[in-house]
Amino acid sequence: MAQIEVEQLVKTYAVSERRPGLWGAVQGLVRRRQRRVKALDGVSFEIGRGELVAYIGPNGAGKSTTVKVLSGILVPDGGRCVVEGRVPWEERIAHVAQIGVVFGQRTQLWWDLPVVDSFELLRDIYRVEPPRWRRNLDELVALLDLEPLLDVPVRQLSLGQRMRCDLAAALLHGPSLLFLDEPTIGLDAVSKLAVRAFIQRLNRERQVTVILTTHDMDDIEALCDRVMVIARGQILCDGSLEALRTRFGHQRRLTLELADPHAPLVPEPGTALLGREGARVSLAFDPAEVTAAELIGRLGARYAVRDLWVEELPIEEVVARLYDEEAAA
Amino acid sequence: MNDARLLVRLLGVSMRSQLQYRASMVMQSVGHLLVTGIEFLGVWALFARFGQLDGWTLAEVAVFYGVVNVSFALADAGGRGFDQVAARIKQGDFDRLLLRPRSTALQVAGLELTLKRIGRLSQGLAGLIWGLSALGVGWGPGRVALLAWIVVGATSMFYGLMVVQATIAFWTTESLELMNVLTYGGVETAQYPMSVYRRWFRRVFTYVVPLACVCYLPVLALIERPDPLGAPLWAQRVAPAAGLVFLAGALALWRGGVRRYTSTGS
Amino acid sequence: MRGYVAIAQARARVLLQYRAAAVAGFGTQAFWGMIRIMIFEAFYRSAMADGAPMRFEEVVSYVWLGQATLMTLPWNLDREMADEVRTGKVVYGLLRPVDLYGQWFARAFALRSAPMVIRALPMFAFAMVLLPLVGLEAWALEAPTLEGLAMWLVALGVAILLSSALTTLWSVALMWTVSGDGVTHLAPALVTLMSGMVIPLPLLPDGVRAVVVWLPFAGLVDLPVRLFSGHLTAAEAAPMLAAQLVWWVLLVALGRALLGRGVRRLVVQGG
Repeated sequence: MAQIEVEQLVKTYAVSERRPGLWGAVQGLVRRRQRRVKALDGVSFEIGRGELVAYIGPNGAGKSTTVKVLSGILVPDGGRCVVEGRVPWEERIAHVAQIGVVFGQRTQLWWDLPVVDSFELLRDIYRVEPPRWRRNLDELVALLDLEPLLDVPVRQLSLGQRMRCDLAAALLHGPSLLFLDEPTIGLDAVSKLAVRAFIQRLNRERQVTVILTTHDMDDIEALCDRVMVIARGQILCDGSLEALRTRFGHQRRLTLELADPHAPLVPEPGTALLGREGARVSLAFDPAEVTAAELIGRLGARYAVRDLWVEELPIEEVVARLYDEEAAA
Repeated sequence: MNDARLLVRLLGVSMRSQLQYRASMVMQSVGHLLVTGIEFLGVWALFARFGQLDGWTLAEVAVFYGVVNVSFALADAGGRGFDQVAARIKQGDFDRLLLRPRSTALQVAGLELTLKRIGRLSQGLAGLIWGLSALGVGWGPGRVALLAWIVVGATSMFYGLMVVQATIAFWTTESLELMNVLTYGGVETAQYPMSVYRRWFRRVFTYVVPLACVCYLPVLALIERPDPLGAPLWAQRVAPAAGLVFLAGALALWRGGVRRYTSTGS
Repeated sequence: MRGYVAIAQARARVLLQYRAAAVAGFGTQAFWGMIRIMIFEAFYRSAMADGAPMRFEEVVSYVWLGQATLMTLPWNLDREMADEVRTGKVVYGLLRPVDLYGQWFARAFALRSAPMVIRALPMFAFAMVLLPLVGLEAWALEAPTLEGLAMWLVALGVAILLSSALTTLWSVALMWTVSGDGVTHLAPALVTLMSGMVIPLPLLPDGVRAVVVWLPFAGLVDLPVRLFSGHLTAAEAAPMLAAQLVWWVLLVALGRALLGRGVRRLVVQGG
C-alpha cells in the first residue's frame, strides 16, 4: 500500500467580493456576493514511502490546497485521501504527530527565544520522549551544523540559518513524511546547497518521504526523481523529470548573440521564440523537425550572428511552456 | 507533557520574551495603572459632587470596581492569545497551530500572558481592599473564599468573551472591534451596581452575557447588602457558576469555529 | 500653504478608507455613550443633584458630543508617522521644499479631522433622531441654538488646532525615546481626564475645575461641548477661547523648537 493515496480530490472555495463605495461596505456587513473558485478539480495520485516528489504549478493552481488537505488542516468537498492508513482531517492530532511541515516564508520558531528553547518547547508540544528527542536533536545538529546557533535568539538569525533551524524543528519528532513549501526561497547560494544536501540525505538515509513545492527549478533538478505539475486544480503531468522533457520531444534551446541589438526578427518556421534581451535571442526547436545545422545555416544567412550556442531546453522553459499550453487550452 | 503543564510552560515562555523588553513593559504597566487610576478618580469626583449613587456609597462602588477590574485584568492578561487569532488567520499563521498535535484552544491560550495588565490588577486590588475595609465587613475565611469564587467566575466569563471574540474571526475578521462593547463595555458597566441601569440593559448583561451573575449578585453577598432587585442570598452565592458555564459554552463555540475554518479554508 | 494642504489631503484620503473600522467604532461608541448616560442618570437621582453646576440635559450633550468628536482627541499617534520617526525616515521630510514642522502638523491635522467627520455624522443622527424615535427622549442630544452651533463650530476648529499641535508634540517626543511607549501610554491618561472625557469638567471639585479649565486640554472637549449645549455663552467663552489659542501658539513654538533640536541630533548622529 502506498503511503499516500489521493483519489479524485475536489475542493471549491467561496471567495467573497467587495462592493465598491461606502454603501457597498455597509452592505458587505450583512450580505456578500460570493464567487466559487475550484481549487482542486479531481486530483489523484499515489506516493510511496521514501519518495522525493516535487509538486509544482503556477500560483493559485491548487498546490497549497493539496498540501493542506494532505496535512489534515483542510477538509475537501469530495474525493478520498488516505495517509499512512488515516484520513488526515478525521484524525488531525494523530496525523500531524507523524508529519513535519516547513514553510519557507515563515518560521515556526519562537522569535524572541534562543533556538534551543524552541526545540525544547516542540519536544513538549509533540510529547517526544526526552531520550528520543535528544538522539534526534544530536543527529540534526550534526547534519545541519546547528551547534553555533543553538543559543542565539531566533530574531538574530540570518534567513539561511533560520531555515536550517526550521528544518530541524520540523523533524525533531521523527516524522515519516515531510512537506516543504519553498524551502530555498530567498536563500543565498551556499545556504541553498546546504538545504538541498540535507534534504537529499534525509530522504536517502532515513527514508523520509518528502513532498516539495517550489518555484526554483534548480531544487527539482538537484533533488527530485518525480515531478507532479498541477494547474487550475488538475494534475497536468506526473512522472520523472525526463518524462516531463520528452513531452516536448526533447526540444533544444538555441541562443543567438546578434551584432545588431535592434535587428527586427522574422518568425522562423519550426521554432518558437522563447525570449529576447537586446542582442540576445533564444529560440526553442525540435531536432527531429529541423536539424541544428540547418537552422544555424538559415539564421546565419538572415542575421549577422556574433555568437551562438545550443543546449537542452532548461526545465524552467519546459514548465513555462506547460503552463502556457494549459492557459491556452 | 500534559495539557495543564504545557499551558504553564508556554505562558512562562511568553513572560520571558516580554522581560527582554523590560523598559517598554514598565512604561506600559505604568500607563495602564494611570489610565485605570484616572477612571477611579472620575468615580470619586462624582461621589464628591453627588454624595451617593442611587443609594450606593463610594465604598460599595469601590468593591464592584475592584472585583471587575481584578477579574478583567486576569482574563485579559491570560487571554491575550485569543486576541491574536484574527491577525493569525489573516496572515495564514493559524495553520501552524493546526499542524501541531495539540488542541488549538490550548495552543492559543498559551500564546501570550501579558504582564503589563498588572497596572489594572493592582488598581482593582486597591479599590477592593479599600472598599471592603471602609465597609468594615471583616476578612473571615468564608468571605475570602467567596471573594476567590467571585474572581474565578468573573475571570472565566471575561475569558469566555475573549474566546467568543476570537471565534467570530473564523467567520469574519472585519469589525471585530464591535465585541469591545461586551468586553470593555462590560467592565465599564460592572464597575457600578446593576440596579442603577435600565431594565432592558440589565437583561442584556444578565442573559446574553452573565455579567450580573458574576459581578453584581455575588458582590452583594460579599458586602452583605440585600439586592434592591430582590435576588435571594443563595442565588447570589451560586451565581458565579454562570461564568464557568459561559466559558464552557465559548469553548464549544470555538471548536465549531475551528471545524468551520478547516472546512472552508479561508 | 498649498503644500501643507496637499499633505493633509493625501493623508486624509488614506484615513477615510478605514470604513469598516468606522462602523465598528460607531457601534462601540454609541453603546459606550449609553452606559455613561445611565450612570449619570443614577447620580442625578440623588438629592444633591439640584445644586449640581450642570443640568442633566447638558451632561447628556457632553457625553454625545464627546463621543461624536472622539477622534479629535490627541490620544494616539499617526502610526505611519511614528514608524517614520522610529526608523529615521523623517529626515526625508527635509528634502521637501516645505517647512518640516508644517509637514508634521499637516499630517496630524488630517488625523484629527478626517476620521472625526465620518464618525460625527452618524453619532449626531443616532443621538438626535434615533434615540427619541425609540422612546429614549431623556437621553437625546438637544438641538443647539443658532449661536450655540456657530460657537461650537468655532471652538471645534480651535480644538482640532490644539489637538494637532499636541499630536505633533507627541511625535516629536518619539525622537528622544527608544520605543515611544511612554508617550503613547501616558498621553491618553492625561488627555482623557483633563479634557472632560471622563467626567464633564464642571462636575469636578470646584478647586480642581478652576485650574483645569485654563489648561490646554479644556479646549479639546469641554469648551466646544459647553458652547453647543448653551452652558457657556459666547461672552463667557471668549476669554477661555483666547487662552486656548495662546496655548496653541505656545505648543506650536515648543514643538518647533524641539523638532529643530531633534533633527540636529539626527543629522549629527547620522540617524
